[in-house]
Amino acid sequence: MNTQVLELSKREEKPKIETDKLNAWFGKNHVLKDIFITIRRNAITAIIGPSGCGKSTLIRCFNRMHELVPGARVSGTVLLDGRNVYDREVDPVLVRRKVGMVFQKPNPFPTMSVYDNVAAGLRLNGVSHRKGLDEVVRQSLEQAGLWDEVKDDLDKSGASLSGGQQQRLCIARTLAVQPEVVLMDEPCSALDPVATAKIEQLMIALKNRYTVVIVTHNMQQAARVSDNTAFLYLGELVEYSETSRLFENPSHPLTERYITGKFG
Amino acid sequence: MAGYAMRRLKDKLAFGLGILCVAVAIIPLGSILLEVIRNGASALSLQFLTHPPGAIGEAGGGVANAIQGTVILIALATVIGAPLGVISGIYLAEFGDNRLGAAVRFLNEVLMGFPSIVVGIFVYTLVVLGMGSFSAIAGAIALAIIMMPIIARTTEESLKLVPRTIREAAMALGIRRWRTILGVVVSTARSGIVTGIMLSIARISGETAPLIMTVLGSQWFFAGLNQPMDALPLRVWRLALLPYDYAHQQGWGAALVLILLVLVVNIGVRFAIRRRIRPVR
Repeated sequence: MNTQVLELSKREEKPKIETDKLNAWFGKNHVLKDIFITIRRNAITAIIGPSGCGKSTLIRCFNRMHELVPGARVSGTVLLDGRNVYDREVDPVLVRRKVGMVFQKPNPFPTMSVYDNVAAGLRLNGVSHRKGLDEVVRQSLEQAGLWDEVKDDLDKSGASLSGGQQQRLCIARTLAVQPEVVLMDEPCSALDPVATAKIEQLMIALKNRYTVVIVTHNMQQAARVSDNTAFLYLGELVEYSETSRLFENPSHPLTERYITGKFG
Repeated sequence: MAGYAMRRLKDKLAFGLGILCVAVAIIPLGSILLEVIRNGASALSLQFLTHPPGAIGEAGGGVANAIQGTVILIALATVIGAPLGVISGIYLAEFGDNRLGAAVRFLNEVLMGFPSIVVGIFVYTLVVLGMGSFSAIAGAIALAIIMMPIIARTTEESLKLVPRTIREAAMALGIRRWRTILGVVVSTARSGIVTGIMLSIARISGETAPLIMTVLGSQWFFAGLNQPMDALPLRVWRLALLPYDYAHQQGWGAALVLILLVLVVNIGVRFAIRRRIRPVR
């Protein structure tokens, strides 16, 4: 496994994210064990593995969301463009502006309109210039592929959209603060196949401008959209390589058993 | 089949019991309301609503000064009590998972159960004796003290109902904690918070005991925050004690006005803060 990880890293001149000896705990529960992984910029990296293997925790360590859970702890380093986000002088709030996140269940702010949902990140960080906001809201909704569907309903409640639209609204909301990395934690698990297909197209479009990391339970999805795939099992990184290679020619027996559906 | 019939019977019984309890709870409420309307409606007239009381013992005159007083008291008490209550509630919900929080929560509950006349005596000692006169402001302070724990409690409860995922969404956008709380969490819980404020307004509008010791009552219109003032519950109480039939009728009328006033404030505020975005289909 290590040779492959190294091989991938070598080809990458400068990875967007690079972790070293990353460990994470929930109380006494050791959920991530010595993770070393590099995330390629302007690519889609998929993280797969059975439930409870630490996939979500891993990406939540990238934007320092893990530590918000009471009793959660992290050790090791996460380099974002070469800078450790866990350095003492780094403000986690600023990390989260660079590394945005989309959650499993669409979670638009329920009392806000479509417009206000997208503008929330900027407004609550002190931007109030109306024209500038209008422009950002339009661009973000366009990038999220939602503009044509909601442009006449910007004052409608965000919660009144369909599930798939809500998830794209959440993506637009994330893009509005102009992050560099977009983390997606099983973004399609609450959606039907049509909405899923739209989100997948969107991910592929996004990788031109952003670095995308998705956690998914759906191996077909990982195979369809991602460039690299990491397989996590019981908190350890078992295998990490190009997606086609991992699915067609896995080098670890555990990976093979998982992707062929023998366990999981 | 006997088991099924039995379960059906139990289901019907439980349902019937529920209906019965609702009826028992509603009958007193309905009968009070009907009684007030029946006795008070005939007292209502333009003169009643626009004139201060006449000389004692003479029919005529109205309760306009008491209406004005009650509106001023509710407004002032809300301006003082609501921010303090809401901020305490935010503290308890967001930062209250420690000993200080537990202590504050306990004191808050004690304060909620306090007899309102004790609050009246407290404000009397502190403000009325301090200022040397009964005053509108003393009454507002007493009512604010009664409101605060109710608002703090309902605010805490409604903030705790906001799902974790909403907070996480905001934090993940790189919004600071305090802005997340004020801009997202509080705004999500706002209808619950407003309900709490409305409940506390309904509660204080009828308070009489603390007003006797603070605003005292008056025959005239508002004369300044440092002067005694009239209020509807005080007026009801004084009219009820007079030995004249017209006074009793006016008392019922004043009570009806008080109920309507609370209703109007309630509807008005709900309308004003209603979301400006279109509701969920």
